[in-house]
Amino acid sequence: MKKTSSVFYWMTIPAFILFFAFHTLPALQGIFYSFTNYIGFGDYSFVGFKNYINLLNDGRAFDAYIFTFKFAIVTTIIVNILSLLVALGLNSKIRFKNTFRAVYFVPYMLSILVVGYIFNHIFTFIIPQLGSQLGIGILSKNILGNMDLAWIGVVILAVWNSSGFNILLYLSGLQTVPDELYEVAKIDGADKWNQFKHITFPLIAPFLTINIVISMRGFLMVFDHIMALTQGGPGQATESITLLIYNGGFMGGEFAYQTANAVVFLFVVLAISFFQLKILQKREVDY
Amino acid sequence: MKEKTNWWATGLLLLGSFIIIIPLYMALIVSLKNPQQLAESILAVPDSFQFSNYIKAIKMTNYFQSLKNSAYVTFPTVAVVLVVNSMVSYAIARNMNKKYFKFLYYYFISAMFIPFPLIMLPIVKEMAMLSLDNLNGLVLLYIVYALPLNVFIYVGYIKSLPRSIEEAAIIDGANVWQIFWKIIFPVLKPINATVAILTALKAWNDFLLPLLLISDRSSMTLPLVQHVFQSQFSTNYSLAFASYILALLPMLLVYIIAQKKIISGVMRGSVKG
Repeated sequence: MKKTSSVFYWMTIPAFILFFAFHTLPALQGIFYSFTNYIGFGDYSFVGFKNYINLLNDGRAFDAYIFTFKFAIVTTIIVNILSLLVALGLNSKIRFKNTFRAVYFVPYMLSILVVGYIFNHIFTFIIPQLGSQLGIGILSKNILGNMDLAWIGVVILAVWNSSGFNILLYLSGLQTVPDELYEVAKIDGADKWNQFKHITFPLIAPFLTINIVISMRGFLMVFDHIMALTQGGPGQATESITLLIYNGGFMGGEFAYQTANAVVFLFVVLAISFFQLKILQKREVDY
Repeated sequence: MKEKTNWWATGLLLLGSFIIIIPLYMALIVSLKNPQQLAESILAVPDSFQFSNYIKAIKMTNYFQSLKNSAYVTFPTVAVVLVVNSMVSYAIARNMNKKYFKFLYYYFISAMFIPFPLIMLPIVKEMAMLSLDNLNGLVLLYIVYALPLNVFIYVGYIKSLPRSIEEAAIIDGANVWQIFWKIIFPVLKPINATVAILTALKAWNDFLLPLLLISDRSSMTLPLVQHVFQSQFSTNYSLAFASYILALLPMLLVYIIAQKKIISGVMRGSVKG
Protein backbone atom coordinates (compact mmCIF):
# COMPACT_ATOMS: atom_id res chain seq x y z
CA MET A 1 0.00 0.00 0.00
CA LYS A 2 2.26 2.77 -1.19
CA LYS A 3 -0.43 5.20 -2.26
CA THR A 4 -3.12 6.04 0.26
CA SER A 5 -6.42 4.94 -1.17
CA SER A 6 -8.75 7.91 -1.63
CA VAL A 7 -11.37 5.88 0.21
CA PHE A 8 -9.50 6.54 3.44
CA TYR A 9 -10.01 10.25 2.89
CA TRP A 10 -13.71 9.79 2.20
CA MET A 11 -14.00 7.82 5.41
CA THR A 12 -12.79 10.75 7.49
CA ILE A 13 -13.68 13.98 5.68
CA PRO A 14 -17.42 14.09 6.56
CA ALA A 15 -16.64 13.40 10.22
CA PHE A 16 -13.89 16.03 10.15
CA ILE A 17 -16.24 18.66 8.70
CA LEU A 18 -19.06 17.85 11.11
CA PHE A 19 -16.75 17.87 14.09
CA PHE A 20 -15.34 21.20 13.04
CA ALA A 21 -18.81 22.66 12.47
CA PHE A 22 -20.37 21.49 15.73
CA HIS A 23 -17.44 21.42 18.14
CA THR A 24 -14.48 23.52 17.03
CA LEU A 25 -16.52 26.32 15.47
CA PRO A 26 -18.69 26.98 18.54
CA ALA A 27 -15.57 26.82 20.71
CA LEU A 28 -13.91 29.45 18.51
CA GLN A 29 -17.10 31.53 18.54
CA GLY A 30 -17.06 31.33 22.31
CA ILE A 31 -13.54 32.71 22.41
CA PHE A 32 -14.56 35.41 19.91
CA TYR A 33 -17.63 36.50 21.88
CA SER A 34 -15.62 36.66 25.09
CA PHE A 35 -14.06 39.88 23.75
CA THR A 36 -17.43 41.48 23.03
CA ASN A 37 -20.44 42.71 25.00
CA TYR A 38 -22.88 40.39 23.19
CA ILE A 39 -25.99 39.52 25.25
CA GLY A 40 -27.21 36.60 23.11
CA PHE A 41 -29.05 38.60 20.43
CA GLY A 42 -28.87 41.96 18.69
CA ASP A 43 -25.80 44.12 18.09
CA TYR A 44 -22.56 43.98 19.93
CA SER A 45 -19.19 45.70 19.97
CA PHE A 46 -15.69 44.74 21.01
CA VAL A 47 -14.70 45.46 24.54
CA GLY A 48 -11.19 43.98 24.61
CA PHE A 49 -10.33 42.27 27.88
CA LYS A 50 -13.08 43.98 29.85
CA ASN A 51 -15.00 40.74 30.54
CA TYR A 52 -11.85 39.09 31.83
CA ILE A 53 -10.99 42.03 34.06
CA ASN A 54 -14.54 42.07 35.44
CA LEU A 55 -14.26 38.35 36.17
CA LEU A 56 -11.33 39.03 38.47
CA ASN A 57 -13.60 41.11 40.72
CA ASP A 58 -16.65 38.88 40.44
CA GLY A 59 -17.36 37.36 43.83
CA ARG A 60 -20.06 35.06 42.47
CA ALA A 61 -17.70 33.56 39.88
CA PHE A 62 -14.99 33.22 42.52
CA ASP A 63 -17.36 31.36 44.81
CA ALA A 64 -18.40 29.10 41.93
CA TYR A 65 -14.76 28.19 41.31
CA ILE A 66 -14.15 27.52 45.00
CA PHE A 67 -17.26 25.36 45.28
CA THR A 68 -16.45 23.44 42.08
CA PHE A 69 -12.87 22.72 43.16
CA LYS A 70 -13.90 21.73 46.65
CA PHE A 71 -16.59 19.43 45.28
CA ALA A 72 -14.37 17.92 42.54
CA ILE A 73 -11.36 17.28 44.77
CA VAL A 74 -13.30 15.81 47.68
CA THR A 75 -15.49 13.67 45.41
CA THR A 76 -12.56 12.42 43.35
CA ILE A 77 -10.71 11.35 46.49
CA ILE A 78 -13.71 9.63 48.08
CA VAL A 79 -14.81 7.93 44.85
CA ASN A 80 -11.34 6.58 44.14
CA ILE A 81 -10.62 5.35 47.66
CA LEU A 82 -14.03 3.70 47.98
CA SER A 83 -13.85 2.21 44.50
CA LEU A 84 -10.41 0.77 45.09
CA LEU A 85 -11.52 -0.72 48.42
CA VAL A 86 -14.65 -2.26 46.91
CA ALA A 87 -12.62 -3.56 43.96
CA LEU A 88 -10.10 -5.15 46.33
CA GLY A 89 -13.01 -6.77 48.17
CA LEU A 90 -14.57 -8.00 44.94
CA ASN A 91 -11.22 -9.36 43.83
CA SER A 92 -10.66 -11.34 47.03
CA LYS A 93 -12.09 -14.73 47.79
CA ILE A 94 -15.70 -13.90 48.62
CA ARG A 95 -19.16 -15.36 48.25
CA PHE A 96 -21.74 -13.99 45.80
CA LYS A 97 -19.02 -12.25 43.83
CA ASN A 98 -21.04 -11.72 40.65
CA THR A 99 -24.11 -10.55 42.53
CA PHE A 100 -22.13 -7.92 44.42
CA ARG A 101 -20.41 -6.79 41.24
CA ALA A 102 -23.78 -6.42 39.55
CA VAL A 103 -25.29 -4.47 42.47
CA TYR A 104 -22.40 -2.03 42.69
CA PHE A 105 -22.71 -1.12 39.01
CA VAL A 106 -26.46 -0.39 39.12
CA PRO A 107 -26.11 3.34 39.94
CA TYR A 108 -23.94 3.97 36.90
CA MET A 109 -26.76 2.78 34.65
CA LEU A 110 -29.16 5.39 35.98
CA SER A 111 -29.82 9.01 35.11
CA ILE A 112 -28.02 11.30 37.56
CA LEU A 113 -30.84 13.82 37.34
CA VAL A 114 -33.58 11.33 38.21
CA VAL A 115 -31.56 9.69 40.97
CA GLY A 116 -30.75 13.21 42.15
CA TYR A 117 -34.46 14.00 42.51
CA ILE A 118 -34.88 10.82 44.56
CA PHE A 119 -31.98 11.88 46.80
CA ASN A 120 -33.46 15.35 47.00
CA HIS A 121 -36.69 13.98 48.46
CA ILE A 122 -34.75 11.67 50.76
CA PHE A 123 -32.63 14.52 52.11
CA THR A 124 -35.51 16.97 52.29
CA PHE A 125 -38.33 14.85 53.72
CA ILE A 126 -37.47 11.28 54.55
CA ILE A 127 -34.25 11.68 56.54
CA PRO A 128 -35.49 14.66 58.62
CA GLN A 129 -38.72 12.82 59.37
CA LEU A 130 -36.90 9.65 60.39
CA GLY A 131 -34.37 11.72 62.31
CA SER A 132 -37.01 13.48 64.38
CA GLN A 133 -38.92 10.24 64.96
CA LEU A 134 -35.76 8.65 66.29
CA GLY A 135 -34.77 11.82 68.12
CA ILE A 136 -31.43 12.23 66.33
CA GLY A 137 -30.78 15.96 66.16
CA ILE A 138 -28.32 16.10 63.26
CA LEU A 139 -30.54 14.02 61.01
CA SER A 140 -33.72 15.93 61.67
CA LYS A 141 -32.66 18.87 59.52
CA ASN A 142 -32.49 19.05 55.75
CA ILE A 143 -28.80 19.36 54.85
CA LEU A 144 -29.66 20.70 51.38
CA GLY A 145 -31.14 23.79 53.06
CA ASN A 146 -27.97 24.49 55.01
CA MET A 147 -25.42 26.90 53.51
CA ASP A 148 -22.47 24.99 54.98
CA LEU A 149 -23.68 21.44 54.47
CA ALA A 150 -25.54 21.45 51.15
CA TRP A 151 -22.37 20.63 49.21
CA ILE A 152 -22.02 17.39 51.18
CA GLY A 153 -25.38 16.28 49.77
CA VAL A 154 -24.02 16.84 46.28
CA VAL A 155 -20.90 14.83 47.13
CA ILE A 156 -23.01 11.95 48.47
CA LEU A 157 -25.07 11.80 45.27
CA ALA A 158 -21.95 11.94 43.08
CA VAL A 159 -20.18 9.21 45.04
CA TRP A 160 -23.27 7.00 45.00
CA ASN A 161 -23.76 7.47 41.30
CA SER A 162 -20.28 7.25 39.84
CA SER A 163 -18.38 4.75 41.99
CA GLY A 164 -19.69 1.78 40.01
CA PHE A 165 -17.72 2.69 36.92
CA ASN A 166 -14.48 3.22 38.83
CA ILE A 167 -14.98 -0.03 40.71
CA LEU A 168 -15.09 -1.92 37.41
CA LEU A 169 -12.00 -0.09 36.12
CA TYR A 170 -10.03 -0.95 39.27
CA LEU A 171 -11.33 -4.50 39.22
CA SER A 172 -10.10 -5.04 35.68
CA GLY A 173 -6.79 -3.53 36.76
CA LEU A 174 -6.54 -5.90 39.71
CA GLN A 175 -7.24 -8.87 37.48
CA THR A 176 -4.18 -8.06 35.41
CA VAL A 177 -1.97 -8.71 38.47
CA PRO A 178 -0.69 -12.30 38.13
CA ASP A 179 -1.46 -14.63 41.05
CA GLU A 180 2.10 -15.98 41.09
CA LEU A 181 3.34 -12.67 42.45
CA TYR A 182 1.14 -13.03 45.52
CA GLU A 183 2.24 -16.60 46.05
CA VAL A 184 5.89 -15.64 45.93
CA ALA A 185 5.17 -12.81 48.34
CA LYS A 186 3.42 -15.18 50.74
CA ILE A 187 6.39 -17.53 50.70
CA ASP A 188 8.56 -14.54 51.53
CA GLY A 189 6.30 -13.89 54.49
CA ALA A 190 4.77 -10.61 53.29
CA ASP A 191 1.55 -9.71 55.07
CA LYS A 192 -1.58 -8.39 53.30
CA TRP A 193 -0.60 -4.74 53.72
CA ASN A 194 2.88 -5.32 52.31
CA GLN A 195 1.44 -7.31 49.43
CA PHE A 196 -0.84 -4.38 48.63
CA LYS A 197 1.92 -1.80 49.03
CA HIS A 198 4.61 -3.58 47.04
CA ILE A 199 2.68 -5.61 44.45
CA THR A 200 -0.90 -4.52 43.94
CA PHE A 201 -0.53 -0.79 44.20
CA PRO A 202 2.46 -0.32 41.87
CA LEU A 203 0.89 -2.59 39.26
CA ILE A 204 -2.45 -0.82 39.22
CA ALA A 205 -0.90 2.66 39.40
CA PRO A 206 -1.66 3.35 35.72
CA PHE A 207 -5.34 2.67 36.40
CA LEU A 208 -5.19 5.02 39.36
CA THR A 209 -3.75 7.76 37.18
CA ILE A 210 -6.36 7.43 34.49
CA ASN A 211 -9.21 7.09 36.99
CA ILE A 212 -8.23 10.17 38.94
CA VAL A 213 -7.80 12.30 35.81
CA ILE A 214 -11.08 11.14 34.28
CA SER A 215 -13.16 11.44 37.44
CA MET A 216 -11.76 14.85 38.31
CA ARG A 217 -12.47 16.13 34.81
CA GLY A 218 -16.03 14.88 35.01
CA PHE A 219 -16.67 16.33 38.46
CA LEU A 220 -15.32 19.75 37.44
CA MET A 221 -18.20 19.92 34.92
CA VAL A 222 -20.81 19.03 37.58
CA PHE A 223 -24.30 20.13 36.52
CA ASP A 224 -27.03 17.44 36.68
CA HIS A 225 -26.35 16.67 40.35
CA ILE A 226 -26.87 20.28 41.31
CA MET A 227 -29.90 20.87 39.10
CA ALA A 228 -31.58 17.96 40.87
CA LEU A 229 -30.51 18.68 44.44
CA THR A 230 -30.10 22.40 45.09
CA GLN A 231 -30.21 24.35 41.81
CA GLY A 232 -27.19 26.17 43.14
CA GLY A 233 -28.65 27.07 46.50
CA PRO A 234 -29.11 27.81 49.26
CA GLY A 235 -28.17 31.27 48.08
CA GLN A 236 -25.37 30.45 45.69
CA ALA A 237 -23.62 28.04 48.02
CA THR A 238 -23.58 25.15 45.55
CA GLU A 239 -23.43 26.99 42.24
CA SER A 240 -20.90 25.19 40.03
CA ILE A 241 -19.08 26.81 37.12
CA THR A 242 -21.18 25.02 34.51
CA LEU A 243 -24.35 26.06 36.30
CA LEU A 244 -23.16 29.66 36.60
CA ILE A 245 -22.36 29.80 32.87
CA TYR A 246 -25.76 28.26 32.10
CA ASN A 247 -27.66 30.61 34.42
CA GLY A 248 -25.78 33.76 33.52
CA GLY A 249 -25.50 33.00 29.82
CA PHE A 250 -29.09 32.02 29.10
CA MET A 251 -31.09 33.77 31.78
CA GLY A 252 -28.93 36.62 32.96
CA GLY A 253 -28.09 38.33 29.64
CA GLU A 254 -24.38 37.63 30.21
CA PHE A 255 -23.68 35.66 27.04
CA ALA A 256 -20.32 37.29 26.29
CA TYR A 257 -19.35 37.59 29.92
CA GLN A 258 -20.01 33.92 30.64
CA THR A 259 -18.13 32.80 27.51
CA ALA A 260 -15.14 34.68 28.95
CA ASN A 261 -15.73 32.72 32.13
CA ALA A 262 -15.77 29.52 30.03
CA VAL A 263 -12.45 30.46 28.39
CA VAL A 264 -10.91 30.90 31.84
CA PHE A 265 -12.42 27.54 32.79
CA LEU A 266 -10.79 25.98 29.69
CA PHE A 267 -7.36 27.07 30.88
CA VAL A 268 -8.07 25.90 34.40
CA VAL A 269 -9.13 22.46 33.16
CA LEU A 270 -6.08 22.22 30.91
CA ALA A 271 -3.74 23.21 33.72
CA ILE A 272 -5.27 20.72 36.14
CA SER A 273 -5.17 17.85 33.62
CA PHE A 274 -1.52 18.40 32.73
CA PHE A 275 -0.55 18.93 36.35
CA GLN A 276 -2.25 15.68 37.38
CA LEU A 277 -0.74 13.67 34.55
CA LYS A 278 2.73 14.97 35.36
CA ILE A 279 2.55 14.32 39.09
CA LEU A 280 0.82 10.97 38.80
CA GLN A 281 3.01 9.62 36.03
CA LYS A 282 6.14 10.67 37.85
CA ARG A 283 5.01 8.58 40.77
CA GLU A 284 4.49 5.58 38.49
CA VAL A 285 8.05 5.78 37.17
CA ASP A 286 9.44 5.78 40.69
CA TYR A 287 8.33 2.19 41.20
CA MET B 1 -9.11 -24.01 46.30
CA LYS B 2 -7.24 -24.01 49.56
CA GLU B 3 -7.92 -20.35 50.31
CA LYS B 4 -10.83 -19.81 52.69
CA THR B 5 -13.77 -17.57 51.98
CA ASN B 6 -13.03 -14.06 53.17
CA TRP B 7 -16.09 -13.45 55.34
CA TRP B 8 -14.94 -10.00 56.41
CA ALA B 9 -14.86 -8.80 52.81
CA THR B 10 -18.17 -10.52 52.07
CA GLY B 11 -19.81 -8.83 55.07
CA LEU B 12 -18.48 -5.37 54.25
CA LEU B 13 -19.54 -5.67 50.62
CA LEU B 14 -22.99 -6.70 51.81
CA LEU B 15 -23.21 -3.56 53.95
CA GLY B 16 -22.04 -1.50 51.00
CA SER B 17 -24.68 -2.95 48.72
CA PHE B 18 -27.36 -1.82 51.18
CA ILE B 19 -26.17 1.74 50.58
CA ILE B 20 -26.73 1.19 46.86
CA ILE B 21 -30.13 -0.42 47.28
CA ILE B 22 -31.70 1.66 50.09
CA PRO B 23 -32.38 4.85 48.10
CA LEU B 24 -33.99 2.82 45.32
CA TYR B 25 -35.96 0.80 47.86
CA MET B 26 -37.17 4.01 49.50
CA ALA B 27 -38.27 5.40 46.15
CA LEU B 28 -40.11 2.21 45.27
CA ILE B 29 -41.84 1.81 48.59
CA VAL B 30 -42.93 5.44 48.82
CA SER B 31 -44.23 5.31 45.26
CA LEU B 32 -46.57 2.48 46.24
CA LYS B 33 -48.22 4.26 49.17
CA ASN B 34 -51.10 6.67 49.59
CA PRO B 35 -50.80 9.71 51.92
CA GLN B 36 -52.28 7.90 54.94
CA GLN B 37 -49.91 4.95 54.55
CA LEU B 38 -47.08 7.43 54.16
CA ALA B 39 -48.06 9.21 57.37
CA GLU B 40 -48.09 5.93 59.33
CA SER B 41 -44.62 4.90 58.31
CA ILE B 42 -42.36 5.97 55.50
CA LEU B 43 -40.31 2.86 55.03
CA ALA B 44 -42.45 -0.08 56.09
CA VAL B 45 -43.86 -2.29 53.36
CA PRO B 46 -47.53 -1.21 53.04
CA ASP B 47 -50.36 -3.73 53.42
CA SER B 48 -51.78 -2.72 50.05
CA PHE B 49 -49.93 -1.28 47.07
CA GLN B 50 -51.19 1.88 45.39
CA PHE B 51 -50.54 1.52 41.70
CA SER B 52 -52.74 4.54 41.08
CA ASN B 53 -49.65 6.72 41.60
CA TYR B 54 -48.12 5.10 38.55
CA ILE B 55 -51.20 5.53 36.41
CA LYS B 56 -51.38 9.19 37.43
CA ALA B 57 -47.67 9.71 36.69
CA ILE B 58 -47.95 8.06 33.27
CA LYS B 59 -50.85 10.31 32.30
CA MET B 60 -49.44 13.47 33.80
CA THR B 61 -45.96 13.27 32.25
CA ASN B 62 -47.10 11.63 29.00
CA TYR B 63 -44.69 8.84 29.86
CA PHE B 64 -44.89 6.78 26.71
CA GLN B 65 -44.20 9.80 24.51
CA SER B 66 -40.99 10.64 26.38
CA LEU B 67 -40.02 6.96 26.45
CA LYS B 68 -40.40 6.94 22.67
CA ASN B 69 -38.34 10.13 22.38
CA SER B 70 -35.50 8.71 24.45
CA ALA B 71 -35.50 5.57 22.30
CA TYR B 72 -35.68 7.67 19.12
CA VAL B 73 -32.50 9.44 20.21
CA THR B 74 -30.58 6.49 21.66
CA PHE B 75 -30.91 3.79 19.00
CA PRO B 76 -29.76 5.78 15.94
CA THR B 77 -27.02 7.40 18.03
CA VAL B 78 -25.57 4.02 19.00
CA ALA B 79 -25.87 2.56 15.49
CA VAL B 80 -24.23 5.51 13.73
CA VAL B 81 -21.55 5.97 16.40
CA LEU B 82 -20.47 2.34 16.01
CA VAL B 83 -20.14 2.52 12.23
CA VAL B 84 -18.85 6.06 11.79
CA ASN B 85 -16.47 6.23 14.73
CA SER B 86 -14.88 2.87 13.98
CA MET B 87 -14.59 3.74 10.28
CA VAL B 88 -12.89 7.06 11.00
CA SER B 89 -10.59 5.34 13.47
CA TYR B 90 -9.72 2.62 10.96
CA ALA B 91 -8.71 5.20 8.37
CA ILE B 92 -6.62 7.04 10.96
CA ALA B 93 -5.00 3.95 12.48
CA ARG B 94 -3.84 2.59 9.13
CA ASN B 95 -2.47 5.92 7.84
CA MET B 96 -0.77 7.44 10.84
CA ASN B 97 2.35 8.02 8.72
CA LYS B 98 0.41 10.52 6.61
CA LYS B 99 0.29 14.10 7.83
CA TYR B 100 -3.46 14.56 7.37
CA PHE B 101 -4.39 11.47 9.36
CA LYS B 102 -1.89 12.18 12.09
CA PHE B 103 -3.26 15.71 12.37
CA LEU B 104 -6.80 14.35 12.52
CA TYR B 105 -5.85 11.98 15.33
CA TYR B 106 -4.37 14.71 17.51
CA TYR B 107 -7.19 17.06 16.54
CA PHE B 108 -9.81 14.68 17.94
CA ILE B 109 -7.76 13.72 20.99
CA SER B 110 -7.03 17.30 22.00
CA ALA B 111 -10.74 18.14 21.71
CA MET B 112 -11.24 15.96 24.79
CA PHE B 113 -9.71 18.73 26.86
CA ILE B 114 -12.20 21.38 25.74
CA PRO B 115 -14.78 21.77 28.50
CA PHE B 116 -18.36 21.71 27.26
CA PRO B 117 -19.34 25.04 28.92
CA LEU B 118 -17.17 26.82 26.34
CA ILE B 119 -19.28 25.34 23.53
CA MET B 120 -22.57 25.47 25.39
CA LEU B 121 -23.71 29.02 24.67
CA PRO B 122 -22.67 29.25 20.96
CA ILE B 123 -23.93 25.75 20.05
CA VAL B 124 -27.46 26.60 21.18
CA LYS B 125 -27.52 29.57 18.78
CA GLU B 126 -25.99 27.50 15.99
CA MET B 127 -28.48 24.64 16.39
CA ALA B 128 -31.42 27.06 16.48
CA MET B 129 -30.15 28.79 13.36
CA LEU B 130 -29.94 25.44 11.53
CA SER B 131 -33.39 24.39 12.84
CA LEU B 132 -31.67 21.49 14.58
CA ASP B 133 -32.96 22.35 18.03
CA ASN B 134 -34.90 19.06 18.11
CA LEU B 135 -34.41 15.33 18.60
CA ASN B 136 -32.53 14.93 15.30
CA GLY B 137 -30.12 17.64 16.39
CA LEU B 138 -29.54 15.74 19.62
CA VAL B 139 -28.64 12.60 17.68
CA LEU B 140 -26.24 14.58 15.50
CA LEU B 141 -24.47 16.13 18.50
CA TYR B 142 -24.17 12.84 20.38
CA ILE B 143 -22.57 11.26 17.31
CA VAL B 144 -20.17 14.14 16.74
CA TYR B 145 -19.25 14.57 20.41
CA ALA B 146 -18.55 10.85 20.78
CA LEU B 147 -15.68 11.04 18.29
CA PRO B 148 -12.75 12.12 20.52
CA LEU B 149 -13.03 9.39 23.13
CA ASN B 150 -13.99 6.70 20.63
CA VAL B 151 -11.20 7.57 18.20
CA PHE B 152 -8.84 7.21 21.14
CA ILE B 153 -10.28 3.80 22.06
CA TYR B 154 -10.65 2.42 18.52
CA VAL B 155 -7.31 3.62 17.14
CA GLY B 156 -5.46 2.04 20.06
CA TYR B 157 -7.26 -1.23 19.42
CA ILE B 158 -6.96 -1.27 15.62
CA LYS B 159 -3.25 -0.50 15.78
CA SER B 160 -2.76 -3.67 17.80
CA LEU B 161 -4.42 -5.79 15.08
CA PRO B 162 -2.02 -7.53 12.67
CA ARG B 163 -2.16 -6.26 9.09
CA SER B 164 -1.52 -9.63 7.47
CA ILE B 165 -5.21 -10.48 6.88
CA GLU B 166 -5.84 -7.11 5.29
CA GLU B 167 -2.84 -7.52 3.05
CA ALA B 168 -3.98 -10.96 1.95
CA ALA B 169 -7.41 -9.49 1.16
CA ILE B 170 -5.82 -6.77 -0.96
CA ILE B 171 -3.98 -9.36 -3.00
CA ASP B 172 -7.32 -11.10 -3.48
CA GLY B 173 -8.62 -7.85 -4.95
CA ALA B 174 -10.69 -6.52 -2.05
CA ASN B 175 -11.05 -2.74 -1.81
CA VAL B 176 -10.83 -0.64 1.34
CA TRP B 177 -14.60 -0.59 1.93
CA GLN B 178 -14.81 -4.35 1.71
CA ILE B 179 -11.86 -4.78 4.02
CA PHE B 180 -13.45 -2.48 6.58
CA TRP B 181 -16.87 -4.13 6.46
CA LYS B 182 -15.88 -7.76 6.06
CA ILE B 183 -12.67 -7.94 8.09
CA ILE B 184 -12.15 -5.01 10.45
CA PHE B 185 -15.68 -4.28 11.69
CA PRO B 186 -16.33 -7.90 12.74
CA VAL B 187 -12.97 -8.06 14.53
CA LEU B 188 -13.91 -4.94 16.50
CA LYS B 189 -16.88 -6.73 18.08
CA PRO B 190 -15.59 -6.75 21.69
CA ILE B 191 -14.69 -3.07 21.63
CA ASN B 192 -17.92 -2.25 19.78
CA ALA B 193 -19.80 -3.74 22.72
CA THR B 194 -18.04 -1.40 25.12
CA VAL B 195 -18.61 1.65 22.92
CA ALA B 196 -22.27 0.72 22.40
CA ILE B 197 -22.93 0.43 26.14
CA LEU B 198 -21.23 3.70 27.07
CA THR B 199 -22.84 5.57 24.15
CA ALA B 200 -26.29 4.25 24.99
CA LEU B 201 -25.92 5.26 28.65
CA LYS B 202 -24.78 8.72 27.65
CA ALA B 203 -27.56 9.32 25.14
CA TRP B 204 -30.31 7.83 27.31
CA ASN B 205 -29.38 9.51 30.59
CA ASP B 206 -28.09 12.85 29.33
CA PHE B 207 -29.86 15.89 30.68
CA LEU B 208 -27.82 18.95 29.68
CA LEU B 209 -28.10 18.75 25.88
CA PRO B 210 -31.86 18.04 25.87
CA LEU B 211 -32.28 20.91 28.34
CA LEU B 212 -30.41 23.20 25.95
CA LEU B 213 -32.01 22.10 22.68
CA ILE B 214 -35.53 20.82 23.39
CA SER B 215 -38.28 23.21 24.36
CA ASP B 216 -41.25 21.45 22.77
CA ARG B 217 -43.13 19.34 25.35
CA SER B 218 -43.84 16.51 22.93
CA SER B 219 -40.11 16.10 22.12
CA MET B 220 -38.82 15.81 25.66
CA THR B 221 -36.67 12.87 26.75
CA LEU B 222 -37.23 10.99 30.01
CA PRO B 223 -34.82 12.95 32.26
CA LEU B 224 -35.94 16.30 30.85
CA VAL B 225 -39.58 15.49 31.56
CA GLN B 226 -38.77 14.83 35.22
CA HIS B 227 -37.13 18.24 35.36
CA VAL B 228 -40.08 20.00 33.77
CA PHE B 229 -42.61 18.33 36.07
CA GLN B 230 -40.53 18.73 39.21
CA SER B 231 -42.49 21.73 40.47
CA GLN B 232 -45.86 20.16 39.64
CA PHE B 233 -45.22 17.11 41.79
CA SER B 234 -44.92 19.61 44.66
CA THR B 235 -45.41 17.73 47.91
CA ASN B 236 -46.96 14.60 46.47
CA TYR B 237 -43.87 12.42 46.99
CA SER B 238 -45.63 9.23 46.06
CA LEU B 239 -46.51 10.61 42.66
CA ALA B 240 -43.03 12.05 42.19
CA PHE B 241 -41.34 8.78 43.14
CA ALA B 242 -43.65 6.79 40.87
CA SER B 243 -42.59 9.03 38.02
CA TYR B 244 -38.88 8.64 38.89
CA ILE B 245 -39.18 4.88 39.11
CA LEU B 246 -40.87 4.86 35.70
CA ALA B 247 -38.05 6.99 34.31
CA LEU B 248 -35.40 4.62 35.68
CA LEU B 249 -37.28 1.44 34.78
CA PRO B 250 -36.15 0.95 31.15
CA MET B 251 -32.46 1.05 32.07
CA LEU B 252 -33.01 -1.18 35.09
CA LEU B 253 -34.77 -3.74 32.88
CA VAL B 254 -32.00 -3.61 30.28
CA TYR B 255 -29.50 -4.11 33.07
CA ILE B 256 -31.34 -7.05 34.60
CA ILE B 257 -31.49 -8.75 31.21
CA ALA B 258 -27.98 -7.98 29.97
CA GLN B 259 -26.09 -7.48 33.24
CA LYS B 260 -23.29 -9.95 32.50
CA LYS B 261 -22.67 -8.59 29.02
CA ILE B 262 -22.71 -4.98 30.20
CA ILE B 263 -20.23 -5.58 32.99
CA SER B 264 -17.83 -7.62 30.90
CA GLY B 265 -18.15 -5.05 28.11
CA VAL B 266 -17.19 -2.17 30.37
CA MET B 267 -14.33 -4.12 31.97
CA ARG B 268 -12.91 -5.29 28.67
CA GLY B 269 -12.93 -1.79 27.29
CA SER B 270 -11.05 -0.45 30.26
CA VAL B 271 -8.15 -2.87 29.85
CA LYS B 272 -7.76 -2.36 26.11
CA GLY B 273 -8.49 1.35 26.10
